[in-house]
Amino acid sequence: MSDTQRETGSARVKRGLAEMLKGGVIMDVTNADQAKIAEDAGAVAVMALERVPADIRAEGGVVRMADPEKVAEIVDCVSIPVMAKCRIGHFVEAQVLQSLGVDYIDESEVLTPADEANHVNKWDFTVPFVCGATNLGEALRRLGEGAAMIRSKGEAGTGNVVEAVRHMRAITSEIKRLSTLGGEELMAAAKEHRAPYDLVREISETGRFPVVLFTAGGIATPADAALMMQLGADGVFVGSGIFKSGDPAARARAIVDATTHYEDADMIAKVSHGLGEAMVGINVSDIPESERLATRGW
Amino acid sequence: MKVGVLALQGDVREHMRSIEGAGATAVTVKRADQLAGVDALIMPGGESTTIGKLLDRFDLLEPLTTRVENGMPVYGTCAGLILLAREVVGDEDAPFRVPVLDVSVRRNAYGRQVDSFETDLEVSGFEETLHAVFIRAPSIESAGDEVEVLAEYDGAPVMVRQSNILASSFHPEMTDDERIHELFVSMAN
Repeated sequence: MSDTQRETGSARVKRGLAEMLKGGVIMDVTNADQAKIAEDAGAVAVMALERVPADIRAEGGVVRMADPEKVAEIVDCVSIPVMAKCRIGHFVEAQVLQSLGVDYIDESEVLTPADEANHVNKWDFTVPFVCGATNLGEALRRLGEGAAMIRSKGEAGTGNVVEAVRHMRAITSEIKRLSTLGGEELMAAAKEHRAPYDLVREISETGRFPVVLFTAGGIATPADAALMMQLGADGVFVGSGIFKSGDPAARARAIVDATTHYEDADMIAKVSHGLGEAMVGINVSDIPESERLATRGW
Repeated sequence: MKVGVLALQGDVREHMRSIEGAGATAVTVKRADQLAGVDALIMPGGESTTIGKLLDRFDLLEPLTTRVENGMPVYGTCAGLILLAREVVGDEDAPFRVPVLDVSVRRNAYGRQVDSFETDLEVSGFEETLHAVFIRAPSIESAGDEVEVLAEYDGAPVMVRQSNILASSFHPEMTDDERIHELFVSMAN
């Protein structure tokens, strides 16, 4: 390579990859075979992790980033971007994932948090980060720490979309409200949301969330994916919903198709035929507060 | 002048904004009947593997190839360039394409996301340099005689034109600079 001027790791480049993923589906995978199935189905990226959320919920224990050998195997076997999860606040797991060449890191509440007070300082990295949020203030705190993409948290591993809906509605209605406020009200709004003032002001002026906003947590059917897209998500993460279902390849493809044609009910109906069993769902109200993943992080 | 933006997946919104800024009307295209109603088409950035599969699944490959061969202006950025290329070399293929542009491209040629970058480029016909954003970008390894090179980076073409087909490995839609979209709209007028 010559000495031609170039800048890597800028906010524009980090946020830019997320822009390229819009309208797409990112699928949780635990090995190369699953990654290949996801790519063949039309996933825009895969998320490497040790166990899918439904298994984490069933088996318990401390959940860490995926085995580097598995991550490397997944990176080698697909041409689409590879994301991987690190524990909240575990900046060394993040350093390792960056070193392995992953394209995006998800600092995720699905893994066991490593720091109860602080998230990773994401400005320190060249690789971009995606983080979960349950409301606008949480999303803006993550952006303040350097996240380049946000996803609703939902309640992972339940196959129940209700929490993703709650979080997406919270974020979009709070954005709408901010855009109605006068300049003198913005500092109070920043205090209320516990969010950086500059980001609150930016949203108030533009009426738009400043980075790509995906949805995650509990999406199990093509109709779930289309619902979240109609509620304003830029794209969809699917975790246990694919590889805990009866026919992962068919379901993965149908969720991709429904995400593209999310406003076309005839198309969603057509692609939803013959997918076999959906994953078994869990009612979120049956999960004790202490076992809910969405409450991890702040 | 109605410019379609292929909206199967990718950075559709940014292209719509740039096209409107360049003075044309932008509409999304997801189905063959929508393709029939546009005067020109942008194939946006996104994942070429995904967009290619969706072009195939929703029966757009053939009508799109026919339209471009019959002269409809088309502009592909990044994934769009890959999908328009006659040939893809290297380990990473993109099996479903509209192979109308006589170039050979290599996917993710500059590396993974940590190697994505921004830089300033000289573009043929533009007085001032253009700020270009490359994200997991493809490179153009070789180009046929009919292909005019409009910009180079590191000695290799990154923006090309072949009569009604325009393509770049970078993303002008990610900046406020609308000169390339203006050029494309003028090709369509």
